Amino acid sequence: MSKNIKLRKGLDIKLVGKAEAVLENTPMAKSYAVSPLDYENVTPKLLVKVGDKVEAGSALFFDKNNPRILFTSPVSGVVSAINRGEKRKLLNVAVEPDQVQVYKELPVVNVAKAERSEVIEMLLQSGLWTRIVERPYGVIANPEAKPKAIFVSAFDSAPLAPDYNFILKEERAAVEAGMAVLAKLTDGKVHLSARKGDEGYMAEVKGVEYHTFEGKHPAGNVGVQIHHIDRIAKGDIVWTVNIQDVAIIGRYATSGKLDMSKVVAVAGSEAQKPLYKRIISGAAIESVVGSVAAGVRIISGDVLTGVTTAADGYISANANVVTLIPEGDKYELLGWAMPRFHRFSVSRAYFSWLCPKKEYKLDTNLNGGERPFVVTGLYENYLPMDVYVSYLLKAILVGDLDKMENLGIYEVLPEDLALCEFVDPSKIDMQQIVRDGINLMIKES
Amino acid sequence: MGLRKFVDKIKPTFSEGGKLGFLHSTFEGFETFLYVPNTVTRKGSHVRDCNDIKRVMIVVVLALIPATLFGMYNVGHLAGEEGILPAFWYGFLETLPTIIVSYVTGLAIEFAFAQKRKHEINEGFLVTGLLIPLVMPVTIPLWIVALSTAFAVIIGKEVFGGTGMNVFNPALLARAFAFFAYTPQMSGEAVWYADGKTGATALEQLSTYTAGSELPYSVSDAFFGFMPGSLGETSTCAILIGAAILLFTGVASWRIMLSVFVGGLAFGYLFDAVGVTEYPAYYHLLVGGFAFGAVFMATDPVTSAQTNTGKWIYGFMVGALAVLIRVVNPAYPEGMMLSILFMNALAPLIDYFVVERNVARRKKLIKNVK
Repeated sequence: MSKNIKLRKGLDIKLVGKAEAVLENTPMAKSYAVSPLDYENVTPKLLVKVGDKVEAGSALFFDKNNPRILFTSPVSGVVSAINRGEKRKLLNVAVEPDQVQVYKELPVVNVAKAERSEVIEMLLQSGLWTRIVERPYGVIANPEAKPKAIFVSAFDSAPLAPDYNFILKEERAAVEAGMAVLAKLTDGKVHLSARKGDEGYMAEVKGVEYHTFEGKHPAGNVGVQIHHIDRIAKGDIVWTVNIQDVAIIGRYATSGKLDMSKVVAVAGSEAQKPLYKRIISGAAIESVVGSVAAGVRIISGDVLTGVTTAADGYISANANVVTLIPEGDKYELLGWAMPRFHRFSVSRAYFSWLCPKKEYKLDTNLNGGERPFVVTGLYENYLPMDVYVSYLLKAILVGDLDKMENLGIYEVLPEDLALCEFVDPSKIDMQQIVRDGINLMIKES
Repeated sequence: MGLRKFVDKIKPTFSEGGKLGFLHSTFEGFETFLYVPNTVTRKGSHVRDCNDIKRVMIVVVLALIPATLFGMYNVGHLAGEEGILPAFWYGFLETLPTIIVSYVTGLAIEFAFAQKRKHEINEGFLVTGLLIPLVMPVTIPLWIVALSTAFAVIIGKEVFGGTGMNVFNPALLARAFAFFAYTPQMSGEAVWYADGKTGATALEQLSTYTAGSELPYSVSDAFFGFMPGSLGETSTCAILIGAAILLFTGVASWRIMLSVFVGGLAFGYLFDAVGVTEYPAYYHLLVGGFAFGAVFMATDPVTSAQTNTGKWIYGFMVGALAVLIRVVNPAYPEGMMLSILFMNALAPLIDYFVVERNVARRKKLIKNVK
């Protein structure tokens, strides 16, 4: 029984440089890293020091707030650096890989017969637990909590998003095994949502509640899907897992070996050859994108929600695409008064409505200065949820917890408001505001 | 790029710590006017829509141009100038001082506040500065313009925290200030057009209109604007061109615009039907400031209702109240200004109830689970 949900609101931003359906294997990178910054609200406590030998699956650090949550090395090798930023904040733990990979002996259970607690323990030990996201707030799932349901989105609708049907073409068994693991974790349902008309084998995955979605971005955002399938009310807890992580969990549950290899798309107007690459999670970005010219921004993730990555940095654990776009640190003479045919706008004050099929080469210029909230009724067109965006943001700005709760802070994550942020002529950093609001909620609860 | 080099060269002088550091915001205002800054995204979405508030505001100014140009021509036309160009030139010279005074006064205050608060200059006054002369009588003394503009910007906007925080539409507030503080210059029977020429506006004639007699101005004169009135309000036709620009670009809310006209028509018909008025309901939409208010004033996003449902209610009430004041209250032949200001004050309340319904839906969810 599948249900089709059609969303009218949203926007597909068409960008130059979509990854071609070609898969390339990359050689082992010089270095891999695990970063606590890829997760929200983690206070890392180190378990290794520079020079320690680790295996793939050895814990590198854990979360002080919840010591059961381990962060494990994706490769075997030697801890080569522990990078810290201001105030000795841990940025990442880097591992120089061995030529021949050694996998740590990790507990494996027969998922079909095992107790829920045994499955949880298996995921915690392997470090894969960190890949389970809890809503509200978008933090690592609390192993003591019981979610009312688990949601998986089988497609990504963001600009230049990777095509999971292509990435997971050969991984059907792993996806199904992963879904079986998730089914163990909740008494409720496991919801799987695919894009209508582009469903691949997802429709045939067993043991899940299957849905299809139609519409523009953010139809692929799991938060939007939750809103239309089974909304989060106060007191509810739901978990979400990225579909590629489901495959990784499935692979681990069947083989007992922590194989963190994954496929990422390399895309964007500055990518020399936009295609897919097989890598191991946490690889040095240089091994993924090669050498990158100056004036190009490397984004781990998509252009709306990804994180800027330095040329000597590492791919974020959350990224399934690396996007390369030009920096926009240039002045534009009287730009606001010009026709600007080469730029994209949802407003008909510009001309991009004339060529809806055109692919744009957008840079990182803010295209204006930050202003107070002025326009109304615009944001709601880009968030297919029953949420009054500007009211929620203003409640966050004044730190009114009751209002935040009433206006829907439990239902959104920064990524859900990314499109509103994109279209906003006042250039307000909405994702940061939402993140601040969530952190305030966590602090006060 | 010679210009860019020059701007870069003088930039340190105007930056904080520079010799003219106290003009920091002013310099920045001019610089960003000249060049879209080279700021890149640091947080959140890496790419941004190329639309910004400057563009939004300039679209509104563009939409005001037809009404402004026609208003200028009309001033000369009513003063008895023959031919289009001479009439326009006459009106242009007659109105230019008002426009300059409004912009200079308002922008000076805006710049001073921006500097004091250390934020960038907001573009909102580009629109307000043109709206003020458009809603004032042509012959208004310039010192009243300056005083009302200052009142509107300081008391109407800056005390609330500046653009985006104001409760009342600043341009209308300027008019209201002048209207109540300097009533003889603003209303009565003997003002409204150019030097030496006076006459009653259509609305004042309507208030004494009896059945069977001629309408004060023919429907076509009223639609095209060949009648006395404030500079921008007379030609419904020119205003509708502006409306088309605003609606097409999506800058103004079609919900508000439509519902203001619906509200005005509905109450117009109501009064016609019960026999309070004897002239056709649609005549309300053509005379006085109704169309101008509906298109340019009621749709101000900051002071109108912000939720879509709220916009319908707000717009309808603006139109309905305007006609109600016109017909029922003999002291104010024109109701549009007061009706919009009143609804500006009520808009947050309308939104409150709309948002509360959203909250109630969310709370109901909790009960369903338990």
